[in-house]
Amino acid sequence: MTTAGTYTPRPGAAPLPRMIAAQAALETRMLLRNGEQLLLTVVIPTLLLVLFSSVDIVDTGKGEAVDFLAPGILALAVMSTAFTGQAIATGFERRYGVLKRLASSPLPRWGLMTAKTASVLVTEVLQVVLLTVIAFALGWSPHGNPAAVLLLLVVGTAAFSGLGLLMAGTLKAEATLAAANLVFLLLLVGGGVIVPLEKFGSAGQQVLGLLPISALSDGLRDVLQHGAGMPWADLGVLAAWAVAGLAAAGKFFRWE
Amino acid sequence: MRSEPARPSPDHHPSTRRFAPHPVVEIQGLVKRYGAKTAVDGLDLVAGPGVTAVLGPNGAGKTTTVETCEGYRKPDSGTVRVLGLDPVRNSAELRPRIGVMLQSGGVYSSARADEMLRHVAKLHAHPLDVDALVERLGLGSCGRTGYRRLSGGQQQRLALAMAVVGRPELVFLDEPTAGLDPQARRATWDLVRDLRADGVSVILTTHHMDEAEQLADDVAIIDGGRVVVQGSPEELCKGGAENTLRFTGRPGLDVGSLLKALPADCAAAELTPGSYRVVGKVDPQLLATVTSWCAQHGVMPDRISVERHTLEDVFLELTGKELRS
Repeated sequence: MTTAGTYTPRPGAAPLPRMIAAQAALETRMLLRNGEQLLLTVVIPTLLLVLFSSVDIVDTGKGEAVDFLAPGILALAVMSTAFTGQAIATGFERRYGVLKRLASSPLPRWGLMTAKTASVLVTEVLQVVLLTVIAFALGWSPHGNPAAVLLLLVVGTAAFSGLGLLMAGTLKAEATLAAANLVFLLLLVGGGVIVPLEKFGSAGQQVLGLLPISALSDGLRDVLQHGAGMPWADLGVLAAWAVAGLAAAGKFFRWE
Repeated sequence: MRSEPARPSPDHHPSTRRFAPHPVVEIQGLVKRYGAKTAVDGLDLVAGPGVTAVLGPNGAGKTTTVETCEGYRKPDSGTVRVLGLDPVRNSAELRPRIGVMLQSGGVYSSARADEMLRHVAKLHAHPLDVDALVERLGLGSCGRTGYRRLSGGQQQRLALAMAVVGRPELVFLDEPTAGLDPQARRATWDLVRDLRADGVSVILTTHHMDEAEQLADDVAIIDGGRVVVQGSPEELCKGGAENTLRFTGRPGLDVGSLLKALPADCAAAELTPGSYRVVGKVDPQLLATVTSWCAQHGVMPDRISVERHTLEDVFLELTGKELRS
């Protein structure tokens, strides 16, 4: 049994960096343990990359198919983690009282959000490494400025995180699950990931081009396929989504 | 001031009684509404060190009150102080000092019990030894099972462990034994007693009378969003209706002579032929008086019974409701 004095109060918060690191590590472990999440973030992008690069299903324009597809699949990977995965996970954390319980722990709310972001970024690094290796194996020859690629990925992550958290913090968990998957599917088809936007006609292209997934895949393609410098227009679209999404999430997010 | 019912009537206010000058929780005039529904309706409560049970039926406002103390809800009016702090405004300062057990949930669905507990421990500067706590609460057998697949009892014990692992000064337990089997219930009670012995204050909500009687230094009975009475279990039981002694014997005994033998403040009556009831301060002396009166009158008191006044009776008298409705 317990000796006297075991529970004698000795309260105190752990140092903030340690709390955030522990939270980010836990969030990442939870994500990697979840089969559906892995399907979304790893299996689907990998399959699409391999399938559409090797089999001529969609006309991807001149040049190697993989040079068109790889940037789109990287954009898809960002969306799958920052938007779909984060929305579903956070929605269920809210539903199961995890967010509520953590809110009375020493970890501040902004610390929790920082940890979530770190967890998303760690997952994205793993995705990008995996998909890049596969793309190289399929004969990918990327060009361009790595800094531009990095900036696009980061701003894209911010845009998708804002939208994902907005959904998770306002809808029921089941609704988030359904909606996040539906949006994923729609944006996969209509966001220039594997199907060039030109296929939707000029009006369609105009509208669809304003979607965050289109801006991200188009921006990445400009740099990696065509060796462009900084794709400012696409960055601008992503930044607008990021500001709007994060502001709305900050305003409307309900913790329980 | 809290609303003081006619009975029982402790002659002093709790805040000036045992807890001065440092109540752990001090609530004045708390009002909390959800839409048109008023969950808490001008509640006053002062809780001192030790174990305080907030007792009441479902929907009485227990959880809302506790969650206001934990900083989850902002009062519509009234003031709440926990360890002298405002739970909303001084949240950052307060959170490391309190431990919270929610009524349900609070754990990642795929997290293992020890993993989640270790995580909460990492958020604190001087946590308890996690392995010892896991063993103490019998969570070691959970192994690699994810939270969603733990039994209800295991989930409850994990939530309890998460509330105490950070070595808080004050622990809030919202229905800590709801749905537990008797053995797990006793294990939880033992832990609460150990916490108390080591100087941790505990506020727990319950709708189990025995839990309040067993654990609490102080009981606040709430109903309809207000505290109807507060005091130690002994005070509440003593202060309520008198205790009762019943016996059966031959019908038509001289109750008048029994009354003469009894202390002045006692009442005696033959309720149905051959069934007698004495109401008063039932102590060994009174019992002896009744049995010797019976001996003098050649009566064999059959089925003699003493009924202690319980919290259940107090609650029924004060609210007109059964507690577990």
